[in-house]
Amino acid sequence: MMHTAELLEFFKKHRGDAVVIPGRGGRHWVPISDKPSLDLPMGDPAMGGHAGFGLGVALAQPKRKVVLFDSEGDVLMSLGMLVTIAEQAPKNFYHFMLDNACYATTGGQPVPNAENVDYAAIARGAGYGRAHAFTEIEDFKRELPAILDKPGPVFVALRVYPEVQNEPIGKRRPWQTRTKQETIDDMRRELQIKA
Amino acid sequence: MSDASSNVLSPDIVHREMKQNGVTDVVWLPDSETNWLYLLMKADPDLRLVGVSREGHACSIAAGLSAGGRKPIILIQNTGMMESGDSIRGWLMGLDIPVVLMVGYRGYTRHGVNKDTAATYTERFINAFGLQYYLVESDADAPRISIAFKEADRTKRPVVILVADEFHGFNR
Repeated sequence: MMHTAELLEFFKKHRGDAVVIPGRGGRHWVPISDKPSLDLPMGDPAMGGHAGFGLGVALAQPKRKVVLFDSEGDVLMSLGMLVTIAEQAPKNFYHFMLDNACYATTGGQPVPNAENVDYAAIARGAGYGRAHAFTEIEDFKRELPAILDKPGPVFVALRVYPEVQNEPIGKRRPWQTRTKQETIDDMRRELQIKA
Repeated sequence: MSDASSNVLSPDIVHREMKQNGVTDVVWLPDSETNWLYLLMKADPDLRLVGVSREGHACSIAAGLSAGGRKPIILIQNTGMMESGDSIRGWLMGLDIPVVLMVGYRGYTRHGVNKDTAATYTERFINAFGLQYYLVESDADAPRISIAFKEADRTKRPVVILVADEFHGFNR
Protein backbone atom coordinates (compact mmCIF):
# COMPACT_ATOMS: atom_id res chain seq x y z
CA MET A 1 0.00 0.00 0.00
CA MET A 2 1.15 3.54 -0.72
CA HIS A 3 1.04 6.91 0.95
CA THR A 4 -0.79 9.46 -1.20
CA ALA A 5 1.66 12.25 -0.45
CA GLU A 6 4.64 10.07 -1.38
CA LEU A 7 3.25 8.99 -4.73
CA LEU A 8 2.21 12.54 -5.57
CA GLU A 9 5.67 13.78 -4.66
CA PHE A 10 7.13 11.30 -7.13
CA PHE A 11 4.55 12.14 -9.78
CA LYS A 12 5.54 15.81 -9.53
CA LYS A 13 8.90 15.00 -11.07
CA HIS A 14 7.17 13.63 -14.15
CA ARG A 15 4.21 15.95 -14.62
CA GLY A 16 5.92 18.15 -17.19
CA ASP A 17 3.47 20.84 -18.22
CA ALA A 18 0.38 18.74 -17.64
CA VAL A 19 -2.79 20.17 -16.21
CA VAL A 20 -3.32 18.34 -12.92
CA ILE A 21 -6.71 17.79 -11.32
CA PRO A 22 -5.81 16.39 -7.92
CA GLY A 23 -9.32 15.42 -6.89
CA ARG A 24 -9.41 14.11 -3.35
CA GLY A 25 -5.63 14.16 -3.35
CA GLY A 26 -5.86 17.93 -3.42
CA ARG A 27 -4.94 18.50 0.20
CA HIS A 28 -1.65 16.69 -0.44
CA TRP A 29 -1.04 18.06 -3.92
CA VAL A 30 -1.57 21.77 -3.27
CA PRO A 31 1.44 22.14 -0.94
CA ILE A 32 3.55 19.88 -3.18
CA SER A 33 2.89 21.41 -6.58
CA ASP A 34 5.26 23.95 -8.01
CA LYS A 35 2.99 24.83 -10.94
CA PRO A 36 -0.25 25.92 -9.29
CA SER A 37 -1.40 27.81 -12.36
CA LEU A 38 -1.68 24.44 -14.11
CA ASP A 39 -3.53 22.81 -11.24
CA LEU A 40 -7.27 22.52 -10.87
CA PRO A 41 -7.84 21.57 -7.24
CA MET A 42 -11.61 21.78 -7.26
CA GLY A 43 -12.18 20.20 -3.86
CA ASP A 44 -15.44 18.31 -3.90
CA PRO A 45 -18.01 20.11 -6.06
CA ALA A 46 -20.22 17.02 -6.24
CA MET A 47 -19.11 13.45 -5.69
CA GLY A 48 -18.65 11.32 -8.76
CA GLY A 49 -17.86 14.18 -11.12
CA HIS A 50 -14.10 14.51 -11.16
CA ALA A 51 -13.68 12.12 -14.06
CA GLY A 52 -16.19 14.05 -16.13
CA PHE A 53 -14.49 17.31 -15.32
CA GLY A 54 -11.14 15.85 -16.30
CA LEU A 55 -12.59 14.49 -19.51
CA GLY A 56 -14.03 17.89 -20.37
CA VAL A 57 -10.73 19.67 -19.81
CA ALA A 58 -8.90 17.02 -21.83
CA LEU A 59 -11.30 17.33 -24.75
CA ALA A 60 -11.06 21.10 -24.64
CA GLN A 61 -7.26 21.13 -24.57
CA PRO A 62 -6.21 18.18 -26.72
CA LYS A 63 -2.59 19.29 -27.02
CA ARG A 64 -2.09 19.38 -23.28
CA LYS A 65 -1.76 16.36 -21.01
CA VAL A 66 -4.48 16.27 -18.38
CA VAL A 67 -3.81 14.16 -15.31
CA LEU A 68 -6.60 13.35 -12.89
CA PHE A 69 -6.30 11.82 -9.43
CA ASP A 70 -9.77 10.43 -8.98
CA SER A 71 -10.94 8.32 -6.03
CA GLU A 72 -12.58 4.92 -5.87
CA GLY A 73 -15.62 6.40 -4.16
CA ASP A 74 -16.07 8.86 -7.01
CA VAL A 75 -15.50 6.20 -9.64
CA LEU A 76 -18.03 3.87 -8.03
CA MET A 77 -20.59 6.62 -7.98
CA SER A 78 -20.16 7.18 -11.72
CA LEU A 79 -19.02 3.93 -13.25
CA GLY A 80 -20.81 4.84 -16.46
CA MET A 81 -18.45 7.75 -16.89
CA LEU A 82 -15.70 5.27 -17.77
CA VAL A 83 -17.68 4.26 -20.83
CA THR A 84 -18.01 7.86 -21.97
CA ILE A 85 -14.29 8.47 -21.47
CA ALA A 86 -13.43 5.32 -23.38
CA GLU A 87 -15.69 6.32 -26.26
CA GLN A 88 -14.22 9.82 -26.49
CA ALA A 89 -10.75 8.33 -26.02
CA PRO A 90 -8.78 11.53 -25.43
CA LYS A 91 -5.14 10.71 -26.06
CA ASN A 92 -4.09 13.35 -23.54
CA PHE A 93 -6.09 12.00 -20.59
CA TYR A 94 -4.37 10.14 -17.74
CA HIS A 95 -6.86 8.82 -15.23
CA PHE A 96 -5.28 7.86 -11.91
CA MET A 97 -7.48 6.64 -9.07
CA LEU A 98 -6.57 6.79 -5.39
CA ASP A 99 -8.15 3.75 -3.77
CA ASN A 100 -8.21 3.88 0.01
CA ALA A 101 -11.14 1.42 0.10
CA CYS A 102 -13.21 3.73 2.26
CA TYR A 103 -15.03 7.02 2.54
CA ALA A 104 -12.22 8.75 4.40
CA THR A 105 -13.85 12.15 4.62
CA THR A 106 -16.90 10.78 6.42
CA GLY A 107 -15.13 8.68 9.01
CA GLY A 108 -13.63 5.79 7.09
CA GLN A 109 -16.61 3.58 6.37
CA PRO A 110 -15.73 0.98 3.71
CA VAL A 111 -16.94 1.48 0.14
CA PRO A 112 -19.15 -1.37 -1.07
CA ASN A 113 -17.20 -4.59 -1.61
CA ALA A 114 -14.08 -2.60 -0.83
CA GLU A 115 -11.52 -5.37 -0.89
CA ASN A 116 -12.83 -7.27 -3.89
CA VAL A 117 -13.17 -4.76 -6.70
CA ASP A 118 -10.78 -4.88 -9.66
CA TYR A 119 -10.96 -1.31 -10.90
CA ALA A 120 -8.43 -1.80 -13.66
CA ALA A 121 -10.53 -4.67 -15.01
CA ILE A 122 -13.61 -2.47 -14.91
CA ALA A 123 -11.77 0.25 -16.83
CA ARG A 124 -10.64 -2.26 -19.44
CA GLY A 125 -14.14 -3.60 -19.68
CA ALA A 126 -15.45 -0.09 -20.21
CA GLY A 127 -13.12 0.28 -23.16
CA TYR A 128 -9.90 1.83 -21.87
CA GLY A 129 -7.06 0.55 -23.98
CA ARG A 130 -4.64 0.54 -21.08
CA ALA A 131 -5.23 0.00 -17.39
CA HIS A 132 -2.86 -0.68 -14.52
CA ALA A 133 -3.06 -1.34 -10.80
CA PHE A 134 -0.35 -0.70 -8.24
CA THR A 135 -0.17 -1.40 -4.55
CA GLU A 136 3.55 -0.84 -3.97
CA ILE A 137 5.33 2.46 -4.39
CA GLU A 138 8.40 0.96 -6.05
CA ASP A 139 6.29 -0.60 -8.78
CA PHE A 140 4.51 2.69 -9.31
CA LYS A 141 7.78 4.60 -9.52
CA ARG A 142 9.19 2.14 -12.01
CA GLU A 143 6.21 2.23 -14.35
CA LEU A 144 5.03 5.83 -14.10
CA PRO A 145 7.37 7.33 -16.72
CA ALA A 146 6.28 4.79 -19.34
CA ILE A 147 2.63 5.27 -18.46
CA LEU A 148 2.91 9.00 -19.02
CA ASP A 149 4.99 8.64 -22.16
CA LYS A 150 2.32 6.66 -23.98
CA PRO A 151 -0.93 8.17 -25.24
CA GLY A 152 -4.10 7.96 -23.20
CA PRO A 153 -6.64 7.34 -22.16
CA VAL A 154 -5.13 5.19 -19.48
CA PHE A 155 -6.52 4.15 -16.11
CA VAL A 156 -4.24 3.58 -13.14
CA ALA A 157 -5.59 2.26 -9.84
CA LEU A 158 -3.39 3.12 -6.86
CA ARG A 159 -4.00 1.44 -3.53
CA VAL A 160 -3.28 3.95 -0.77
CA TYR A 161 -3.48 4.07 3.00
CA PRO A 162 -6.69 5.65 4.22
CA GLU A 163 -6.27 8.95 5.97
CA VAL A 164 -9.54 9.15 7.78
CA GLN A 165 -10.99 12.47 8.82
CA ASN A 166 -13.25 12.27 11.83
CA GLU A 167 -13.53 15.88 12.84
CA PRO A 168 -16.61 17.81 11.73
CA ILE A 169 -16.24 19.32 8.27
CA GLY A 170 -16.42 22.85 9.61
CA LYS A 171 -13.47 22.24 11.91
CA ARG A 172 -11.13 20.78 9.32
CA ARG A 173 -8.08 22.75 8.26
CA PRO A 174 -8.84 24.28 4.86
CA TRP A 175 -6.26 23.28 2.28
CA GLN A 176 -7.50 25.24 -0.71
CA THR A 177 -5.66 28.49 -1.22
CA ARG A 178 -7.81 29.75 -4.11
CA THR A 179 -11.46 29.70 -4.93
CA LYS A 180 -12.65 27.32 -7.62
CA GLN A 181 -13.17 30.25 -9.96
CA GLU A 182 -9.66 31.55 -9.29
CA THR A 183 -8.13 28.19 -10.11
CA ILE A 184 -9.99 28.04 -13.41
CA ASP A 185 -9.09 31.64 -14.22
CA ASP A 186 -5.42 31.00 -13.43
CA MET A 187 -5.33 27.98 -15.72
CA ARG A 188 -7.04 29.89 -18.50
CA ARG A 189 -4.49 32.67 -18.21
CA GLU A 190 -1.62 30.18 -18.22
CA LEU A 191 -2.97 28.43 -21.31
CA GLN A 192 -4.18 31.66 -22.91
CA ILE A 193 -7.76 30.47 -23.04
CA LYS A 194 -10.41 33.09 -23.61
CA ALA A 195 -13.19 32.89 -21.03
CA MET B 1 -48.34 29.97 -27.87
CA SER B 2 -47.64 30.24 -31.59
CA ASP B 3 -49.99 30.08 -34.54
CA ALA B 4 -51.01 26.84 -36.18
CA SER B 5 -48.61 27.17 -39.11
CA SER B 6 -45.56 26.89 -36.85
CA ASN B 7 -46.98 24.78 -34.12
CA VAL B 8 -43.99 22.51 -33.89
CA LEU B 9 -40.37 23.05 -32.98
CA SER B 10 -38.16 22.23 -35.93
CA PRO B 11 -34.89 20.51 -35.12
CA ASP B 12 -33.27 22.52 -37.92
CA ILE B 13 -34.09 25.73 -36.09
CA VAL B 14 -32.74 24.40 -32.82
CA HIS B 15 -29.58 23.32 -34.61
CA ARG B 16 -29.28 26.78 -36.17
CA GLU B 17 -29.67 28.40 -32.77
CA MET B 18 -26.88 26.24 -31.42
CA LYS B 19 -24.59 27.26 -34.24
CA GLN B 20 -25.45 30.95 -33.96
CA ASN B 21 -24.57 30.86 -30.30
CA GLY B 22 -21.22 29.20 -30.83
CA VAL B 23 -21.92 25.78 -29.36
CA THR B 24 -18.93 23.48 -29.82
CA ASP B 25 -19.92 20.39 -27.85
CA VAL B 26 -23.23 18.71 -27.10
CA VAL B 27 -23.19 16.68 -23.91
CA TRP B 28 -26.29 14.61 -24.00
CA LEU B 29 -28.37 11.59 -23.27
CA PRO B 30 -31.08 10.62 -25.76
CA ASP B 31 -34.70 11.33 -25.06
CA SER B 32 -37.94 11.33 -26.94
CA GLU B 33 -37.73 15.03 -27.75
CA THR B 34 -34.37 15.01 -29.45
CA ASN B 35 -34.11 12.05 -31.79
CA TRP B 36 -34.31 13.97 -35.05
CA LEU B 37 -32.07 16.69 -33.66
CA TYR B 38 -29.54 13.96 -32.97
CA LEU B 39 -29.34 13.14 -36.66
CA LEU B 40 -28.64 16.78 -37.50
CA MET B 41 -26.01 17.11 -34.80
CA LYS B 42 -24.33 13.90 -35.84
CA ALA B 43 -24.04 15.15 -39.39
CA ASP B 44 -22.45 18.43 -38.30
CA PRO B 45 -18.65 18.08 -38.40
CA ASP B 46 -18.20 21.13 -36.20
CA LEU B 47 -20.16 19.72 -33.29
CA ARG B 48 -18.69 17.16 -30.94
CA LEU B 49 -21.23 14.85 -29.35
CA VAL B 50 -20.36 13.55 -25.91
CA GLY B 51 -22.82 10.86 -24.94
CA VAL B 52 -23.37 10.09 -21.28
CA SER B 53 -25.09 7.20 -19.55
CA ARG B 54 -26.51 9.23 -16.69
CA GLU B 55 -27.50 12.87 -16.92
CA GLY B 56 -25.55 14.07 -13.89
CA HIS B 57 -22.36 13.15 -15.74
CA ALA B 58 -23.16 15.84 -18.29
CA CYS B 59 -22.70 18.58 -15.71
CA SER B 60 -19.11 17.86 -14.76
CA ILE B 61 -18.16 17.17 -18.37
CA ALA B 62 -19.67 20.49 -19.44
CA ALA B 63 -17.87 22.20 -16.57
CA GLY B 64 -14.55 20.80 -17.76
CA LEU B 65 -15.22 21.73 -21.36
CA SER B 66 -16.13 25.26 -20.33
CA ALA B 67 -13.10 25.61 -18.07
CA GLY B 68 -10.98 24.53 -21.01
CA GLY B 69 -12.42 27.15 -23.33
CA ARG B 70 -15.19 25.31 -25.18
CA LYS B 71 -18.88 26.16 -25.31
CA PRO B 72 -20.94 23.12 -24.42
CA ILE B 73 -24.68 22.67 -24.30
CA ILE B 74 -26.36 19.99 -22.19
CA LEU B 75 -29.20 18.12 -23.87
CA ILE B 76 -31.21 15.92 -21.52
CA GLN B 77 -34.75 15.14 -20.40
CA ASN B 78 -36.51 16.54 -17.33
CA THR B 79 -36.31 13.20 -15.57
CA GLY B 80 -32.54 13.27 -15.95
CA MET B 81 -32.34 16.89 -14.91
CA MET B 82 -33.95 15.99 -11.63
CA GLU B 83 -31.53 13.12 -11.20
CA SER B 84 -28.70 15.61 -11.77
CA GLY B 85 -29.51 17.93 -8.88
CA ASP B 86 -26.26 17.64 -6.96
CA SER B 87 -24.17 17.93 -10.10
CA ILE B 88 -26.08 21.03 -11.22
CA ARG B 89 -25.43 22.50 -7.79
CA GLY B 90 -21.80 21.55 -7.49
CA TRP B 91 -20.36 21.46 -10.98
CA LEU B 92 -22.44 24.09 -12.79
CA MET B 93 -23.60 26.58 -10.18
CA GLY B 94 -20.61 26.03 -7.91
CA LEU B 95 -18.11 26.69 -10.70
CA ASP B 96 -20.05 29.56 -12.32
CA ILE B 97 -20.44 27.66 -15.57
CA PRO B 98 -22.40 29.62 -18.21
CA VAL B 99 -24.12 26.70 -19.84
CA VAL B 100 -27.53 26.16 -21.39
CA LEU B 101 -29.39 22.98 -20.48
CA MET B 102 -31.90 22.08 -23.16
CA VAL B 103 -34.33 19.88 -21.33
CA GLY B 104 -37.07 17.77 -22.86
CA TYR B 105 -40.26 18.49 -20.95
CA ARG B 106 -41.71 15.00 -20.69
CA GLY B 107 -45.35 15.01 -19.73
CA TYR B 108 -45.96 18.67 -20.51
CA THR B 109 -49.60 19.36 -21.36
CA ARG B 110 -49.78 23.16 -21.46
CA HIS B 111 -53.08 23.19 -19.57
CA GLY B 112 -51.37 21.97 -16.42
CA VAL B 113 -53.38 18.79 -15.93
CA ASN B 114 -50.47 16.40 -15.73
CA LYS B 115 -50.64 12.66 -15.90
CA ASP B 116 -46.87 12.36 -15.63
CA THR B 117 -45.13 13.38 -12.41
CA ALA B 118 -42.02 14.13 -14.46
CA ALA B 119 -43.89 17.22 -15.62
CA THR B 120 -45.40 17.92 -12.22
CA TYR B 121 -42.04 18.47 -10.60
CA THR B 122 -40.00 19.93 -13.44
CA GLU B 123 -40.58 23.63 -12.91
CA ARG B 124 -40.68 23.20 -9.13
CA PHE B 125 -37.24 21.61 -9.36
CA ILE B 126 -35.83 24.44 -11.46
CA ASN B 127 -37.32 27.03 -9.13
CA ALA B 128 -35.82 25.28 -6.12
CA PHE B 129 -32.39 25.90 -7.63
CA GLY B 130 -33.26 29.47 -8.52
CA LEU B 131 -32.39 28.92 -12.16
CA GLN B 132 -33.82 31.00 -14.97
CA TYR B 133 -35.72 29.02 -17.58
CA TYR B 134 -37.57 29.49 -20.82
CA LEU B 135 -40.32 27.42 -22.35
CA VAL B 136 -39.98 26.61 -26.04
CA GLU B 137 -42.96 24.96 -27.71
CA SER B 138 -42.67 25.89 -31.36
CA ASP B 139 -40.52 27.63 -33.95
CA ALA B 140 -42.03 30.93 -32.94
CA ASP B 141 -40.41 30.48 -29.52
CA ALA B 142 -36.97 29.69 -30.91
CA PRO B 143 -35.51 33.18 -30.25
CA ARG B 144 -35.77 32.35 -26.56
CA ILE B 145 -32.92 29.94 -27.10
CA SER B 146 -30.58 32.81 -27.94
CA ILE B 147 -31.92 34.73 -24.98
CA ALA B 148 -30.99 31.80 -22.77
CA PHE B 149 -27.44 31.67 -24.15
CA LYS B 150 -26.96 35.39 -23.60
CA GLU B 151 -28.31 35.15 -20.10
CA ALA B 152 -26.03 32.25 -19.23
CA ASP B 153 -23.02 34.20 -20.49
CA ARG B 154 -24.04 37.38 -18.69
CA THR B 155 -24.82 35.74 -15.35
CA LYS B 156 -22.23 32.95 -15.49
CA ARG B 157 -24.92 30.52 -14.45
CA PRO B 158 -26.73 27.61 -16.02
CA VAL B 159 -29.97 28.52 -17.78
CA VAL B 160 -32.64 26.00 -18.73
CA ILE B 161 -34.65 25.75 -21.93
CA LEU B 162 -37.67 23.52 -21.51
CA VAL B 163 -38.51 21.86 -24.80
CA ALA B 164 -42.23 21.22 -24.69
CA ASP B 165 -42.70 19.49 -28.00
CA GLU B 166 -42.54 15.80 -27.36
CA PHE B 167 -43.36 13.59 -30.34
CA HIS B 168 -43.50 16.48 -32.80
CA GLY B 169 -40.72 18.52 -34.38
CA PHE B 170 -37.78 16.69 -32.91
CA ASN B 171 -38.94 13.44 -34.40
CA ARG B 172 -39.59 12.47 -37.98
